[in-house]
Amino acid sequence: MAKESSRLDALLAERGEIARFAITIAVVIGVIAYVQSQGGVVWNPLSLSLRIAFISMVLTLVVGTGLTVLLMWRKLPGRDLIDAITSVPLVLPPTVLGYYLIVSLGPESAVGRAWEAVFGGPLIFTFQGAVVAASLGSLPLVVRSVRVGLESVDPNYTAAARTLGAGPLRVFFTIVLPLAAPGVIAGAMLGFARALGDYGATMFFAGARIDGVPTGSIAVMDFFFGNNEAGARRMSLVMTVVGVAMLYLANRLTRRMLPNRA
Amino acid sequence: MPDLVAKITLARSSDFALDVELACPHGITCIMGPSGSGKSTILAVLAGLQTPDRGRVAVGNHVWLDRDQGIDVPVHQRRLSYVFQGLALFPHMNAVHNVEYGMHDTPRAERTAKALALLERVGVGHLAKRRPRTFSGGEAQRVALARALARSPELVLLDEPFSALDRDLRAQLVSLVRELSRELTVPIVHVTHSIAEARQLADQIVRLDKGKVVARGKPAEVLAGVTSLEE
Repeated sequence: MAKESSRLDALLAERGEIARFAITIAVVIGVIAYVQSQGGVVWNPLSLSLRIAFISMVLTLVVGTGLTVLLMWRKLPGRDLIDAITSVPLVLPPTVLGYYLIVSLGPESAVGRAWEAVFGGPLIFTFQGAVVAASLGSLPLVVRSVRVGLESVDPNYTAAARTLGAGPLRVFFTIVLPLAAPGVIAGAMLGFARALGDYGATMFFAGARIDGVPTGSIAVMDFFFGNNEAGARRMSLVMTVVGVAMLYLANRLTRRMLPNRA
Repeated sequence: MPDLVAKITLARSSDFALDVELACPHGITCIMGPSGSGKSTILAVLAGLQTPDRGRVAVGNHVWLDRDQGIDVPVHQRRLSYVFQGLALFPHMNAVHNVEYGMHDTPRAERTAKALALLERVGVGHLAKRRPRTFSGGEAQRVALARALARSPELVLLDEPFSALDRDLRAQLVSLVRELSRELTVPIVHVTHSIAEARQLADQIVRLDKGKVVARGKPAEVLAGVTSLEE
């Protein structure tokens, strides 16, 4: 009973933020519905991109959170080098990322052969391959945001939890992660937005079509050079609105972690 | 009842070294001294949050730290309670969940009943479902004390818990801590700057200066004629 009441209080205290979140999502859905009603060529590529971005978001969130915890461990050998390698997709050309993906996960690589042996087909030119390509670009953004979240947790809370008998895992899941939640969720949103718009690495590793459908960003190019400027415009508009909405929500969440937030 | 026996040597910087021996029977031992004399560092070492260069910490028959023997029991396995200077009440949990946190090995129903009883005991039962950001200074102190008591500790550490309170509230809480000390019968190590607070609370006083014990004994002996710690 106390728990339910506490959750209700927490929800009521956050009603402004919840309303903002709901309005943002409603605007995104409204724009997609409007654009769909105007031409109807948007949904399949957008749906493919949303599915890739969503799975990529879950993947990068799990891997990124684990990697962030590892990078925050001061005794980790080569910590700065691993940090730099994790961040390098931010500055490398997407084609270079695509090339590395083919070299490391393609059919000639050890990982690619192992994948094929387990799943009966190659990773390259598949939906899963597109998820991996999109995740590579998202990972540094997720790691950076999750790190801000984890570092914003006052060490006195973790010390207090330890003196109350909590081991490292319990401290992490009951204290650190809930208090870092705004940063973790913001990281997920940034990762989602980045994965949604991935072009170069996806094109290189997963190809221009997945089961005959291009991703949203590839569809814009297809439309434009196929003399369907209206299609390119509609697709661009939808992807811009989704991207702005995600970044707006990520900004709101990140601001919550700062002291004296406005 | 277990006594606390500790010997701690820790060089914090080139011009400061902590070198103290403590023997604290059950009751309240107040550690006093000017800022930077090493008071809070002693608590951190006793809790296991900081490792000294050399030393031994034992509560009754339980050796928590012995650098010579290579013993260093992790913080979460030391049966202690620590009220931090800033209290560190978990902001995402209500008062009951804060108090329950240290009782995870107790069955759930029993845990909640005990947490509610402890909150009542320290006079803040009405705060059970509220979160820390809605507490006043005095209320937060009481919830922090309830949380500290919930573990049935062998040692209680209080790091200037009343420093931010006005005189009336401080007097109320001093009297509450005295009552709790009689009920608990474990060593309570209380760090304070306040001579008045130490006179009211302490069974034993340890005075520190520059990392060394300069006086120890009954309050009347150690604090006779003392008006300021910053000498």
